[in-house]
Amino acid sequence: MMLRKWCLVLLTCLLFTSAARAQLVIEVTSGADKLLPIAIVPFGYNGTDPLPQDVAQIVQDDLVRSGLFKAIPRSSMLSQPSKLSDVYYRDWRLLKADYVLIGSIKNISGDRYRVGFQLLNVLTQKPADDYTTIDVTKNHLRDAAHYISDAVFKKLTGIRGDFSTRILYVTEQNAESKHPLYKLQVADADGYRPQVIVESDEPILSPAWSRNGRDIAYVMFKNMRPRIFIQELATGKRKQIMSFKGLNGSPAFSPDGKKLALVLSKDGNAEIYTLDLATQKLERMTHNYAIDTEPAWGPKGNSIYFTSDRGGNPQIYRLDIKTKKVERITFEGDSNYRARLTPDGRFLVCIEKVGGDFHIAVQDLKTGRVKILTHTDLDESPTISPNGTMVMYATTENGKEILAVVSVDGLVKYKLPSTDGEVREPAWSPYFN
Amino acid sequence: MSVNKLGKFAVVGLSAAWLAGCSTTGANTDASTATTATNEGTATTEQAAPADTDKSATYAANQDNSVTSVVDNQQDKAKTSKSMLDGVATVFYFSFDKSIVRPDAQKALQIHAKYLIANPEEHVILEGNTDERGTREYNMALGERRAKAVARYLEIQGVPASQIETVSFGEEVPVAFGHDEKSWQLNRRVDLRYEK
Repeated sequence: MMLRKWCLVLLTCLLFTSAARAQLVIEVTSGADKLLPIAIVPFGYNGTDPLPQDVAQIVQDDLVRSGLFKAIPRSSMLSQPSKLSDVYYRDWRLLKADYVLIGSIKNISGDRYRVGFQLLNVLTQKPADDYTTIDVTKNHLRDAAHYISDAVFKKLTGIRGDFSTRILYVTEQNAESKHPLYKLQVADADGYRPQVIVESDEPILSPAWSRNGRDIAYVMFKNMRPRIFIQELATGKRKQIMSFKGLNGSPAFSPDGKKLALVLSKDGNAEIYTLDLATQKLERMTHNYAIDTEPAWGPKGNSIYFTSDRGGNPQIYRLDIKTKKVERITFEGDSNYRARLTPDGRFLVCIEKVGGDFHIAVQDLKTGRVKILTHTDLDESPTISPNGTMVMYATTENGKEILAVVSVDGLVKYKLPSTDGEVREPAWSPYFN
Repeated sequence: MSVNKLGKFAVVGLSAAWLAGCSTTGANTDASTATTATNEGTATTEQAAPADTDKSATYAANQDNSVTSVVDNQQDKAKTSKSMLDGVATVFYFSFDKSIVRPDAQKALQIHAKYLIANPEEHVILEGNTDERGTREYNMALGERRAKAVARYLEIQGVPASQIETVSFGEEVPVAFGHDEKSWQLNRRVDLRYEK
């Protein structure tokens, strides 16, 4: 009997390890100068079934990953209150915490749980926000945690949190064999809960979100020819929308969701087109013998930023949709590729080639100032979080492709290493609500 | 990467050196790169190549080709059988961010052209590839440009466009997996495949 129990424990451990191995792990490699000290107290729980998630720990990981917070370690907590009446502010002042988050989880029926939480200000010795509850099923405790992270982040920084958003990315297994396996996956922004959307033995690239987060577009090879697909995430229903001779690539949904910018070479060489999703009408946007590719919509939808080597080297250009006027945007480094814009339109993030290295660079479109954000040398595919503060990108570490994140101000960096083959082509979702 | 591939590369490199040595039409940056490659046993970077001059070189090179390569159709018919392709290179290498058909590729391409002209039922697929550097979609376009450069070379030799198909794999289908110039050079290539 005893032995069987141990076997079960062992088996469970094994299962957990293999599940964890498939997920991305966060490492904060550097943080901002002034971190806000906060204590996230383990949440109280009245149930008997063990909870699948440590909600307080997820909240703590979220906040620490933002690079703006420093968490008081659980081991140094003098008490672990879960309701306001049990809180002794002086305990937290001793630990130099500016804020304390307390919470509790109650099993309300079947697999439904009520998660309550409150943020407290140690300096004023008063609640910093109202007591809030959310009801979730067992499977959604992680969503509850991200919801709490968003609420705390918003309260303390004034910025909308992006902890409840998701990422698309492509993995390649058996990369060096004759039978590589490509998977388009979606996961929480922290890399947890990965789900495979598409699996193929031919390359997948350029995943992109629609602005409401319901549909995605991507490029997948079929019979070794690139094709563009649009797929509804919830149902898995997908449509091949582009299969011209030559290139079919770089899909990008317009901010109003009505158009898709893309790249075709049906008229001779790589040019940018827009496809009206309702009428299926194609409109050619660029006319140049050079490579024109990697379209990214300006946040208002009235311009398209793109990569072109019309000036000799690849640089970022901006096309005014109404006037069709094209203007060069980047001038620093040897060349610049694949622009992405922050939601406020203030910053352009791209890949800048300096010497033989490829870094993430950010250009202030108001002042023209350029800052190199990374010091790794094979960076690609930058994608910006919906609150405009973080850039996720693909890079290579010890010969392996991984995802990493750097803040737009360059102060915060973390990596999402994975053991699940090569990881690349991240695309950060919009807000879902 | 396989030893086989390396061997093939060495052969291509050697002929490049020979061609560069014989060349009287002055220094094409590509030729000089290939020469260094042979000397060191590895391919070299081509960062030294100024990009602006290269573009004009493309057109110049192609014009040169159209002049020098009047196809000799009076050749013995026996020489247009498939055996004439034995040992002829089917992989053609490029410099970083360049799509110029290197001089060392021309001899092999002229033989392929001769074969295709003599066998109109034959078709080739030209698969353009890039190294892993730079962005994936830009590399898709660059791979296509390389495939088209080889296609144009064959067309100038007289091969009907209907016998040629170009496709780009960008950086998605490498043959060498290192993150160094040696691997990158092997991946910056156009593969020529016959398909009925």
